[in-house]
Amino acid sequence: MLLFTLRRVLFGIVLFVIVSFTTMWLLSFSFDSIIGSKLGAAANVDSIAAMKADLGLDRPVPVLYVEWLNNLVHGDLGSSFFTGQPVIEALPSRLAVTLSIVGPALIISAIVAIVLGTLAATRGGAVDKAAQGLMLTGYLIPNLLIAIVLVVVFAVNLQWLPATGYTPLSEDPGKWLQSITLPVIAMAFGGAANMANQVRGTMIDELRKDYIRTLRTRGVPMRAIIIRHALRNAAGPALTVFGLTFITLFGAALFIEQVFALPGFGTYSFNVALQGDFPVLMGLTAWGVGLTIGVNLLIDVANGWLNPKARQY
Amino acid sequence: MATEITSDVVTSALPASAEENEVRRNAFQRLLRDPQAVITGSIILVFIVLGLLANVIPAHGPNEVVLSATNAPPGTEGYPLGADATGRDILSRLLHSINTAMVAGIIGAGIALIIGMTLGLIGGYFDRFRTPVEWGATIIQTFPGLLLLIVLMPLTGGDYRWTMAIFGVLLTPGIYRIVRNQTVGVSRELYVDAARVSGVTDFRILGRHILSVVRGPVIVATTFLFGSAIGTQAGLAFLGVGSKEIPSFGSMISDGFRNLYIAPSQYIWPAVALGVLNGAFVLFGNALRDTFEGARPKAEKIEATAVVEGFAADDVADSGQLVQVRDLGIAYRSPGGHLNEVVRGVDLEIRMGETLGLVGESGSGKTQTAFGVLGVLPAEAIVTRGSVRLEGRELLGMSQADLNRLRGSSIAYIPQEPMANLDPVYTVGRQLVEGIMASTQVSKAAAKERALELLGRVGIPDPARTFGAYPHEISGGMAQRVLIAGAIAPKPKLLIADEPTTALDVTVQADILDLLRDLQAEMGMGIILVTHNFGVVADICDRLAVMQQGEIVESGTTVEVFANPQHSYTKMLLNSILDEETIRTDPPMAAAGAREGAR
Repeated sequence: MLLFTLRRVLFGIVLFVIVSFTTMWLLSFSFDSIIGSKLGAAANVDSIAAMKADLGLDRPVPVLYVEWLNNLVHGDLGSSFFTGQPVIEALPSRLAVTLSIVGPALIISAIVAIVLGTLAATRGGAVDKAAQGLMLTGYLIPNLLIAIVLVVVFAVNLQWLPATGYTPLSEDPGKWLQSITLPVIAMAFGGAANMANQVRGTMIDELRKDYIRTLRTRGVPMRAIIIRHALRNAAGPALTVFGLTFITLFGAALFIEQVFALPGFGTYSFNVALQGDFPVLMGLTAWGVGLTIGVNLLIDVANGWLNPKARQY
Repeated sequence: MATEITSDVVTSALPASAEENEVRRNAFQRLLRDPQAVITGSIILVFIVLGLLANVIPAHGPNEVVLSATNAPPGTEGYPLGADATGRDILSRLLHSINTAMVAGIIGAGIALIIGMTLGLIGGYFDRFRTPVEWGATIIQTFPGLLLLIVLMPLTGGDYRWTMAIFGVLLTPGIYRIVRNQTVGVSRELYVDAARVSGVTDFRILGRHILSVVRGPVIVATTFLFGSAIGTQAGLAFLGVGSKEIPSFGSMISDGFRNLYIAPSQYIWPAVALGVLNGAFVLFGNALRDTFEGARPKAEKIEATAVVEGFAADDVADSGQLVQVRDLGIAYRSPGGHLNEVVRGVDLEIRMGETLGLVGESGSGKTQTAFGVLGVLPAEAIVTRGSVRLEGRELLGMSQADLNRLRGSSIAYIPQEPMANLDPVYTVGRQLVEGIMASTQVSKAAAKERALELLGRVGIPDPARTFGAYPHEISGGMAQRVLIAGAIAPKPKLLIADEPTTALDVTVQADILDLLRDLQAEMGMGIILVTHNFGVVADICDRLAVMQQGEIVESGTTVEVFANPQHSYTKMLLNSILDEETIRTDPPMAAAGAREGAR
């Protein structure tokens, strides 16, 4: 189990390096235009070249990358080209906003998905039809549209909840809850639909397996078989979908933050990308990729724990 | 040699060109008969046509600003849907947005299709490229896609076509996995091997045999990706990624949303258009999938076997036997709703301490009969007639709770495939303890003690070690012993064994039969042994019943039937035994000794 975890961690680090290097390499094509926008009216071929040399961006990408990685290991992501603020300080507060809507949305999606998917798979008939209808609806409507409808109905017309803005949890838990309620619902809708469909399919496959029948012949009650055996065996594939849904929700948060004017990762990265603030962009990539890989790693390890066979690899 | 194969029905690839065309045409015709496909397909077509007419229908260009028309309400002269906050014609922008969405879909799905297909065919067909290609797909999947699209804005300059091209690359793993899995499956088919051996080039095999098989699932996946690309483009435009000059659903929603308090209807037009278009693609994809890939297994509630409406068990006189099956009928519903009986009027009787062999070819209904007695038929099965009594108690139509109680005490079952019948995620011991605790109201410690004792009884050398092992850590023969231990735990009166030795090695087979015989002598239970092997019957059964096409065609004591088979089917089955030696009539101990001697 330790070896398994260690191998997964190594794999994650390699992935991180490949993805962040690719991003830097792609961004290197636009160094000239980034510096041009930083210089503004003073931009010309000479001044751009001078500033490029000044910032060290005229060196080959591999050299830049190794330097960046080395600094990263020492907890330094450089400073913003435009504000001079150290990147390492700028990100956590924004990430906290994003995670405070992605986290609850993911948990709610997972709970709804497990209940809905299991009900659909084990009851069949009308319950299954109704559940599938719900899943399809959640999948059909882009969550951007759901967010807008929620704002219009609950914030603008009924005025139950704030339409925009964010209150940190540490400031006022009640207001924090109010400020994340609508965004979380908007995101959980699609996430739950996607995961529930997966849980339903896996459960149906699992319930058709031979060992289920053998357990039935021993007089084990169906409820225990569903919860202890079928659900437990279905947990592996479901966890994988859980990880993918996290990535999807993290992406969806970029839109949702915009609708609710939340000062999160998405809003920030959008503004930064407009300016082409290279050090901050790389910092964003590091966080985004790191988070994605971290979640996948946790899922892999959890899978190994859930499935005795997987521990061998 | 290199014959065409059917494309659209992946599961039954028939090697005939004419049939391929037939199937393809059928798939298309089925699609035309499916209302969901026709309606959603028509909606998509209408959108395409409206987009093509974007420069014809409206009176104004999409970016034409007329200050006097600012926030014009719907129905204004020249502005059927009104104008937005900067005085641009909403209808014109809406129609041009359709084109933007379609181009986004074509670029995104197209790139995913081309790269994903290529990688999938290479990774699936050429073993040596499989690992690197798989790695590549995993890496792409790890990219936080939308964040990357935003981070790379300096590179794309916000042009939605470039953004969609990158998005297409990020969508690649989806197509790749489908193509790879299908390709791996097909390239192991015999006809592909045959083509390879007869010198057909890899390139031609890929193009002719494999491409035609992966086509169906790929079309389905592409439809979903198309919708996904449209949604993402709209989302990015909503954020403000991209040129303000390009009309798009996303930027229109954004404009309308900001103007929500002044002109609340402005965001509705693009939102509805986006929702309908996106929904049409998803539902169209669903309809395509149903047509191409056939129906998936349906969710069913698992419970006591269903009986036909108005069913009443036959009222037969109790013969005092352990088990008495009279006129049992089991049917499955055809797609048209018609009931097809697979077991037709079966009669069986078993006394305590007796072993009955239920013999027949696969598909003869012997396993269905056994499951019918156990009450664990698949959810689709339905009992049409008859009676099943255990010590005089009617089992058909019994409640699930009563049945559970009975299963834990009187009826037990040994399956055919030992490995598939153990839950892979729990240790052997836990599964045994669970069964013991479900049938007898003992403590966990007592159940564990009993499980260890049972494992020893069924001949497992180190019970404590096997108790703590996971199913994948023990051999098939061991697993079967474990399952026997689980079955005999409540000291059942009736044991139903479904081909208990078929999946095992020949040497292990005889040991398992000997074990069953010993256990029977010890506990005095009746055994129904389902088998296709007359050698096994001769070895262990007192009586036998031969089944063919759902009916019992002959029954009697083993000695009688073997000496003088009456029915032609029985004679045929008996003649098909290749090895006279497998028919053992001598007692087991002597047989075991003979085996030792043979080594």
